[in-house]
Amino acid sequence: MALPNHTPWNYRIWHYTYLFFCGLVFFFLIAPLFVILPLSFNAEQYIHFSAKMLALDPEGFSLRWYEDMIYGTKNPWGLATKNSLIIAFFATIGSTLLGTVAALGLSSRHMPYKAAFMALLISPMIVPLIISGTAIFFFMAKVGLAATHTGIIIAHIILGTPFVVITVTATLTGFDHSVTRAAASLGSNPVNTFRKITLPLIMPGVISGALFAFVTSFDEVIVVLFLAGLENTTIPIQMWVGLREQLSPTILAVATCLIIMSTLILVSAELLRRRSDRLRGINR
Amino acid sequence: MSKEQILSSDGIPLELSLKKAERKNKLKALFLVGPLLLFILITFVFPIGDMLFRSVDDRMITKMLPNTFKALETWDGKELPSEEVYKAFYDDFYPLAMAKKSGKLYQRLNYEKSGFSSGLKKTNRKIKKFEKANYKEQFMKTHKIWTKVEYWTAIKNTAPNWSYAKYLKGLDLKFDENRNIIQQDEDRRIHKILWMRTLNVAFWVTVFCFILAYPISHLLATLPMKYSNLLMICVLLPFWTSLLVRTSSWMVLLQQQGPVNDLIVWLGLAADDNRPELMYNVIGTFVAMTQILLPFMVLPLYSVMKTISPSLMRAGKSLGGTPLTSFVKIYFPLTVPGIGAGCLLVFILAIGYYITPALVGGASGSLISNTIAYHMKSSLDWAFASALGTMLLVGVLTIYWIYNKLVGIDNIKLG
Repeated sequence: MALPNHTPWNYRIWHYTYLFFCGLVFFFLIAPLFVILPLSFNAEQYIHFSAKMLALDPEGFSLRWYEDMIYGTKNPWGLATKNSLIIAFFATIGSTLLGTVAALGLSSRHMPYKAAFMALLISPMIVPLIISGTAIFFFMAKVGLAATHTGIIIAHIILGTPFVVITVTATLTGFDHSVTRAAASLGSNPVNTFRKITLPLIMPGVISGALFAFVTSFDEVIVVLFLAGLENTTIPIQMWVGLREQLSPTILAVATCLIIMSTLILVSAELLRRRSDRLRGINR
Repeated sequence: MSKEQILSSDGIPLELSLKKAERKNKLKALFLVGPLLLFILITFVFPIGDMLFRSVDDRMITKMLPNTFKALETWDGKELPSEEVYKAFYDDFYPLAMAKKSGKLYQRLNYEKSGFSSGLKKTNRKIKKFEKANYKEQFMKTHKIWTKVEYWTAIKNTAPNWSYAKYLKGLDLKFDENRNIIQQDEDRRIHKILWMRTLNVAFWVTVFCFILAYPISHLLATLPMKYSNLLMICVLLPFWTSLLVRTSSWMVLLQQQGPVNDLIVWLGLAADDNRPELMYNVIGTFVAMTQILLPFMVLPLYSVMKTISPSLMRAGKSLGGTPLTSFVKIYFPLTVPGIGAGCLLVFILAIGYYITPALVGGASGSLISNTIAYHMKSSLDWAFASALGTMLLVGVLTIYWIYNKLVGIDNIKLG
């Protein structure tokens, strides 16, 4: 954003102040994440920068906390990772299936009381998590699913579906319904039309909804905190427990792994969004 | 012209056949929505209803003391009740004590009036040796609570099946002996402070987020794609990163020996041996929550600003407006829907925040959610947790309702 040469000096100052302020805000947003990275390679047991680290002495760095994360005897990260992946996997599948089908119905122009149904279906996103957690806990305790994987998976399906409903409905708003009619007029049955025409076109929306659902489940603490027993511990629960006791470098190692994972998710979400825009662009 | 009906090819009137097709399509749409609707109703909406129910349900004690309540019906409440009432209480309490099920009764009655717990525990120990006569005398000998009218009034007050006492407690009010609503004792008024603090934190976090997000959303919306995509990563990476990771990075930053404190000492703002407490208080909650919720403000603002054509500002300038007037009269009003959506999202997320205040907030930075979780997990007063949850839910829904009236709910976007 270069300024034209004739800009008066007071606007010039204003403009650079604005850019400087923006720079600070971007720094405020992103910098905290990068504090964790170097500290997770700390050779010592403290979570501040040692003199050796600041001098960039290789002896100040080590992988011991990563070793501790994977091989440490007391560390429950293995079980937590396994549980987190199992729960997030099934929760994602459940939310994506239920959410996509519902979004197809909601986007139909024949759907009665659209706004009311939509509000009801995305309500789990609106209600504060602590309330959802309380209510879901009472329900699971009543039906005997507290402290089971099934209970947590169901809870995460509840929390994940609104994201799928929203992203798929958004994809469907740009959807040209004449292509499905064209398919029908060419002799395709509804199932085939859905499989070969509709689904590929809404796929980016479905997948980005699924990503949202996955992250929601993988990152969810409050409901699991209410529902989980010792056997159902997940990564966020272990981090929560660890952070409450003491900030240890092992947690920072786990956090680093999670940051790498979220970077991958961000990249795929971004690619999907662009693909979706492109696909819908062709339709218009 | 005759009023002849138009027929479709198979001889049915067109209107009817059209209606039939419409209905079929409607049913098809409902059929698709059906599974999720049922799922959400059963696992989410009804449980929330159940939570409402629990917050006013007071039938447990009615089931535990049926004879006592019946005997107390005729009691006038002026003097100590008669022998019959004491006998009825014995009939209720003896089986409970023998089956070791009286714990919940102590708890319930102690909510009503403190002193019951110790009194009932002692009675519980002694009741086995009671003789089957002269109950009043024996009770009064066991513990002093049985010699006081207030305790009997308190028991009588628990007789109704439904009670909104938990809601009063959430507002630092209570019933006195004569069922009048009065203020809670001075030293026990903690909930009003909590509500105010929660609102305060949510409000200021929203304001900070807005101040920080507006300029950068503008920058993102006006920069060429090439640069804005790169800067967008700074917004989206925290957005996709685990909440606990972000909270732990704030714990690293704000600790006493942490980088922020190092910087403050280096700048000479504080002495090395007198580092300020940045964490485990409201400051930590403010700073961490603002950073964590900032993307939720940036994304709606950005998506609205992206649609504002730059030629509008140029038109304003060419008509003689200074940049400031063009901004105030043209640009700002156009961004109001984005501001509304962003502020709503951030405020509502902030008002129900749990993890971050619990970890960096300490005692003076904990919010209403932390209290709900405490009553769910530690004190096990689920009815009270439900009442607080219901109050919070009503607040959130009211905000949505107002927002929907003012701006319209359907312009919330994700990313």
